[in-house]
Amino acid sequence: MAKIIVVTSGKGGVGKTTTSASFATGLAQAGHKTVVIDFDVGLRNLDLIMGVERRVVFDFINVIAGEATLKQALIKDKRVENLYILAASQTRDKDALTEAGVARVIDELSKDFEYIVCDSPAGIEKGALLAMHFADEALIVTNPEVSSVRDSDRVLGILSSKTARAKSGESVREHLVITRYDANRVARGEMLSVEDVKDILAIPLLGVIPESKDVLNASNQGSPVISLPDVQAAEAYKDMVARFLGEERAHRFLDPSSKGFLNRLFGG
Amino acid sequence: MAWMDIFRANKPSTAQLAKERLQVIVAHQRAGALHAPDYLPKLQKELLEVIRKYVAVGEDAVNIEVERDGDTEILELNITVPSSKN
Ligand SMILES: Nc1ncnc2c1ncn2[C@@H]1O[C@H](COP(=O)(O)OP(=O)(O)OP(=O)(O)O)[C@@H](O)[C@H]1O
Ligand SMILES: [Mg+2]
Repeated sequence: MAKIIVVTSGKGGVGKTTTSASFATGLAQAGHKTVVIDFDVGLRNLDLIMGVERRVVFDFINVIAGEATLKQALIKDKRVENLYILAASQTRDKDALTEAGVARVIDELSKDFEYIVCDSPAGIEKGALLAMHFADEALIVTNPEVSSVRDSDRVLGILSSKTARAKSGESVREHLVITRYDANRVARGEMLSVEDVKDILAIPLLGVIPESKDVLNASNQGSPVISLPDVQAAEAYKDMVARFLGEERAHRFLDPSSKGFLNRLFGG
Repeated sequence: MAWMDIFRANKPSTAQLAKERLQVIVAHQRAGALHAPDYLPKLQKELLEVIRKYVAVGEDAVNIEVERDGDTEILELNITVPSSKN
């Protein structure tokens, strides 16, 4: 049986797709057969971040509607062994996403994969609810910023009340992933710290991803940031995956850069 | 950077303010999410009816709030009645 993990946040633009892509890639690199599904019907993005946009023929909705088989729709990553992508539809609207349809696809994927990563759309509407509905575990992607933290708390409430697990009296295992963390601004008291966010949300911390220009570089190239060499955000994502798989690793990149004042002044 | 703390001492950082605001918001959100008590409006209405049998009070005489304190929830009722002067 596969483990189903939803990457969710409530608030838009906090780094769910960036995290889904790197997390799924990391799991696959660790030798686990993994599929990452884009639930953002109408606004697909994951294909671009994974660099497979030109290879999408059939999508998730086609499979749900019975217009294509799962085999036809799954895109095998060319760079990473064990990694598959199921794209969202660009044209159909969200009504095409049905609970029964999603259940059937996830069921079928479960037979073949170890991990199913669901990249949730923003919001708490149908697409987001379905992305989390069958989850065993959840990555709560949060920026150290008031509206993002509040939305994450809302999502935690939904995870523990509306999901299939919640309804059968079980719980969804929750992991906090703080992204776009700027240790310099935290040190200056301008940004919530890791401890602040942990205190408020009170769920275990899985990873802290620093704010980094490399994320844009990665998406420009259509390569998940975790695959870039010598990049802090990639190291942070690798640590996160290792922790998810049970390894103990200290959190890094939480301290202000050691660059001197002048260096920072001149944008070094 | 310790000397800078002198300037900070009398003014909380914006991050500190953010945290304090969030603590309040989240406490409310969680209190609401628990039972989002859908019986509250009805309870409020019926209480008002009962009270009105005895005293003349306005629509907003009964105020209900739910607060969460650790594992327990506290239902707080505030009933404002006019003071009886005679
Ligand atoms: N660690 C980071 N450092 C800098 N920029 C980042 C980081 N993580 C994400 N971003 C940027 O933030 C933007 C939003 O990221 P992403 O698309 O992953 O968010 P999302 O939560 O999936 O958004 P949506 O809610 O629209 O699906 C992108 O421009 C991305 O490059
Ligand atoms: Mg996204």
